[in-house]
Amino acid sequence: MAVKDYLRERFFPHLWCPGCGHGEVLGGLIRAIENLGLSKNEIVMVSGIGCSSRITGYVDFHTMHTIHGRALAFATGVKLARPELKIIVPMGDGDALAIGGNHFIHAARRNVDMTAIVMNNRIYGMTGGQFSPLSGSNISASTAPYRTIDKSFDVVELSKAAGATFVARATSYHAQQMTEVIEKAILHKGFSVVEVLTQCPTYFGRKNKIGDAPEMIKWFKDHTTPIGSKAKQEHPELIERGIFVQQEGPEYCEEYQKIVERAMKGRS
Amino acid sequence: MGKNVKFLQGNEACVEAALYAGLDFYAGYPITPSTEIAEHLAYRLPQIGGKFLQMEDEIASICAIIGASLTGRKVMTATSGPGFSLMQEALGYAVMAEIPCVIVDVQRGGPSTGIPTHVSQGDVNQARWGTHGDHAIIALTASNHQDVFAITVEAFNLSETYRTPVILLFDEVVAHMRERLVMPEPGEVQLVERLRTSVKEGVDYHPYLPREDGRLPMSDFGGVHRYNVTGLVHDMWGFPSTEPRVVHALLRHLVDKLENRTNELARFKEFFLEDAEIILISYGSSARSALHVVEERRQRGERLGLLELQTLWPFPRDVVRNRCAGTKAVVVVEMNMGQVMQSVKLAVEHPERVFLANRIDSVFITPADIINILRIIQGKGV
Repeated sequence: MAVKDYLRERFFPHLWCPGCGHGEVLGGLIRAIENLGLSKNEIVMVSGIGCSSRITGYVDFHTMHTIHGRALAFATGVKLARPELKIIVPMGDGDALAIGGNHFIHAARRNVDMTAIVMNNRIYGMTGGQFSPLSGSNISASTAPYRTIDKSFDVVELSKAAGATFVARATSYHAQQMTEVIEKAILHKGFSVVEVLTQCPTYFGRKNKIGDAPEMIKWFKDHTTPIGSKAKQEHPELIERGIFVQQEGPEYCEEYQKIVERAMKGRS
Repeated sequence: MGKNVKFLQGNEACVEAALYAGLDFYAGYPITPSTEIAEHLAYRLPQIGGKFLQMEDEIASICAIIGASLTGRKVMTATSGPGFSLMQEALGYAVMAEIPCVIVDVQRGGPSTGIPTHVSQGDVNQARWGTHGDHAIIALTASNHQDVFAITVEAFNLSETYRTPVILLFDEVVAHMRERLVMPEPGEVQLVERLRTSVKEGVDYHPYLPREDGRLPMSDFGGVHRYNVTGLVHDMWGFPSTEPRVVHALLRHLVDKLENRTNELARFKEFFLEDAEIILISYGSSARSALHVVEERRQRGERLGLLELQTLWPFPRDVVRNRCAGTKAVVVVEMNMGQVMQSVKLAVEHPERVFLANRIDSVFITPADIINILRIIQGKGV
């Protein structure tokens, strides 16, 4: 199938700004699904609130656009109710890790088989450019006119600590790598996290004088490096990308099935 | 044929009824005085291949059941005041996206942490207006375990019929009290199963286009129809819309589908109303004390009656108005500062004849409390 066969063209044009990185994630996601040969009927995509979360409206799967921060909780219900379905949960950085932070760590802890994609543009775009818990310090935002003093979460470290069994980072510049990583995340049995660094030229780029979309994308090229590269040793400030964690662990739905089998036999 | 009689808590009666109604997915978070519902379902659900999830909070709990409902499961969560407050946003989502689910609120003293282990009926108006925006809601209650069973099954049936969340407003006394429950035989109580679309694969399915009778046939997530569900105002495909015509039609649909059926949805019980000069109106555990007073006063020849409400929302205004027509006084018996009394006053012809017999000190309202108010109304002094 072609990429457009996965889209609901009826609902285009989309609402993202020119130069927004979310479209690149949409492209990477669809190419990953196409490469895996998944049926559209077996995919449920659940999102929360924000620019990134509008992605669910545009794709031809079973889609659920829910409330702010809670996508993983809704998705957990869908998955436990129908474990045979593939669950993909795209979220923005504020959605996933500010209002949704608690659900994020608990989904990772349970190791429910689903894929969380954190589209990290370090800003609240839908509401007009307020700083997020991933903005980091010394960032200009509409609610940080004197620049931020907040420290940032590291999505990868947080996911690892919470028990995610697959953790990766990609960027909107490295589109092919993003697709490959998402493919592996979807195939992974357990809770997988893919952080994708994306650009918000409208609010983050402009406010912080990083430039327009091409310059922001180039920033990802210049400031990231493959995990364990020589460049990382020489320049520790570079952000690593690639797969950080890929390990097996008891998957929640399978473990629950064992409880069902025990209970049905009358054993506790 | 021996009857299946159980002696159990109200919370357990609710569990038995939910399972009878076909519950197969529950998510919850521990909170007094509702926790026994979760404990019993954690044990019972896996025995029938169902799922029990203990989530990280009440928000996640209601979200999880809404997600599960979309796959075709019958779902429920249970909580108490503080947890019910946390659930309000997602409750509104279920209203907006028209997703069947049952939410039990076992009321305790509030506001805030209040008195977790003691009784109150202070969440009546929260059930109505807890979530933001114009909307309609169904909230049901019961005063004894046989009725807890019946009304819980009813909650599932109404939830499926109208694609709406249904709130079960129980209270600590009914929830923790133990009494007899005669279990209905399988098939004895009618169950409503989800109305699913007959639209074939490949034909455009409109998840939010009501049929002529106002009902919306569903399609399970994972099935052949792929569609969008959102809490945004949406069109017949479930896609966000800001078209004023679409906004208006959706809000009218959400409210009218329940408010226009207020009389159909009214569940209530009548005791000695035919010739009553004074009518007590009560619900939940308070109705037990109210019934005691009515039965006792009838023996003395006093013409008292009781209207026990089981549907609190949509408020059965016609039932209340009709039954109270021509009475000398109406006394609303409840354990809050008059939340149902407000609705009664709006419903009746003579609001100046409506009085309140209540307790708000976390102690169960007794017949003596009600009699004290009656004596004042009757000019007998206290």
